[in-house]
Amino acid sequence: MSNAIETERLQKRFGENRALDELNLTIRGGSVYGLLGPNGAGKTTAIRVLTTLLKPSGGKATVLGHDVEREAASVRQKVSLTGQYASVDEDLTGHENLVLVSRLLGMSWGEARERATELLSAFGLSEAARKQVRTFSGGMRRRIDIAASLVTRPEILFLDEPTTGLDPRSRNQVWELVRQIAADGTTVLLTTQYLEEADRLAERMAVIDHGRVIAEGTSHELKSSIGGNALRFQLADPARRDEARELVSRIVGDTVLPNTDPTAISVKVASASVAAEVLSALCNARIQLTDFSLGAPSLDDVFFTLTGRPPELPAAEKEQAT
Amino acid sequence: MSIDALPTNRETLKLSPRPESAGALSTVITLAWRAMLKIKHIPFQLFDVTVTPIMFTLLFTYMFGGALAGSPEVYIQSLLPGILVQTIVFITVYTGVGLNTDIQKGLFDRFRSLPMWQPSPVLGALAGDLFRYSVASLLIIGLGLVLGFRPAAGALGVFLAFVLVLVFAFAVSWIWIIFGMVVKTPESVMTTSFFFLMPLTFASNIFVEPKTMPGWLQVFVQFNPVSHLTTAARGLMHGTDAGADIVWTLVASAVIVGVAAPIAMRMYYQER
Repeated sequence: MSNAIETERLQKRFGENRALDELNLTIRGGSVYGLLGPNGAGKTTAIRVLTTLLKPSGGKATVLGHDVEREAASVRQKVSLTGQYASVDEDLTGHENLVLVSRLLGMSWGEARERATELLSAFGLSEAARKQVRTFSGGMRRRIDIAASLVTRPEILFLDEPTTGLDPRSRNQVWELVRQIAADGTTVLLTTQYLEEADRLAERMAVIDHGRVIAEGTSHELKSSIGGNALRFQLADPARRDEARELVSRIVGDTVLPNTDPTAISVKVASASVAAEVLSALCNARIQLTDFSLGAPSLDDVFFTLTGRPPELPAAEKEQAT
Repeated sequence: MSIDALPTNRETLKLSPRPESAGALSTVITLAWRAMLKIKHIPFQLFDVTVTPIMFTLLFTYMFGGALAGSPEVYIQSLLPGILVQTIVFITVYTGVGLNTDIQKGLFDRFRSLPMWQPSPVLGALAGDLFRYSVASLLIIGLGLVLGFRPAAGALGVFLAFVLVLVFAFAVSWIWIIFGMVVKTPESVMTTSFFFLMPLTFASNIFVEPKTMPGWLQVFVQFNPVSHLTTAARGLMHGTDAGADIVWTLVASAVIVGVAAPIAMRMYYQER
């Protein structure tokens, strides 16, 4: 079978801004694929081009063998999109929203009502069926949004940052949903800023930055591509982090990796003896550690090495869960 | 609810391929149904099409009636068709506001990614708007009758005038559809629209005879399509001759649709 998605030197310009700058992707069917990158990397633009919402400015993209520009209608027949913002009507109830989408997909009123009820129960939203979507919590909105994309089963489901802004519990629910959808044979392409999410869900992933793919592979491949091991340690006193950082970089050079945890430091080390050197230096400076480990680099480390920028903080840490 | 309880029924996720695509008429009807539901859930939406026209009719009839026509009863005979025109032309802007809201909320992304006849969301919204125009018109005409408005041409004349106003409103809506796609927020659709709607509706023959106005303004009033629509509506309601203004209004509507609709649809098909 041909690939689910192929792009060749795909470009999208908005004026001077090159949102996609020769993006090359090859995505096999039947799996979860992650598009990873910071804000503004071109993830959403890529999804909008692949779902026929935007026309490419150059290059070529095919989805399930159909050209997104010339055969847009065929692409729309086979894919579903759940955008970054809940793309449901907030004024309507959960049930009405799903009836709306079912009708627009060609079901009769009766079939549409039946399908809406069925989906609400499958997504644990039966109790909210008669409530307006504006009263839904963030997690419920995301679920009704994904439900609307599964009124009929798409061959490819596009999820644009499906867990942005969700509390950890809702995030877990969405992850579980994505796994089930994929297990039932739908190819899922999801974008995320969270490396943890890609690591947990996606079999393969592409890291994009400035509209280009800068790395591609499985999570394992990406981690081993940057080479070396990562030494991570946890400081007893976060106030001494800068001091510790400086000390460490004097030994290992410019390989201190970012960490989203303010009490932790990660550093790429070439060998175990360098790691030992770092630890003894910290010990001599009387900087106390509560924990340390030596292992393969995390995706955060990969991300930083590739882009030179620290990854985004997970939503739950940025904003309090609602 | 526990995490692993979701989803409860895996069969639900595995469903047959998509049914036959919905027909164009069916999707337009479905989207008009959506517009009705919104009114049902947020009756406040109708505030602008009910309270404002009632207020305007009462205010202008009793405030200007005596001064301009000798008595409110005499004044309302020519004011009412004009107030109807003004109100409906004013609320056409909600077409653009609604469209802009849908775009900002991401709802249009969903519509546009569905395999359906692409103009459906725009036409469905317009169908919903026609309902609002009808509600507003009924209220104004009903109130007018209570206040002493006596259309000489009877129910048929009033109905024809109403249809003519709807035709013009439908045409003007297309302009707001373009606005709705260009500007960033629903509020700016509103604000920008007033720059056009205020002069169009007030610099017309709705409230006073243009005779007393300065020459340059008379020229504007003369070419203002709202004036022609108002004269046409008066003619139809009172059975006086207004053939030329009816034709003028229909031609103006056709020109507006002929220019604005293709631009709006082209923008809609393209990206934002």
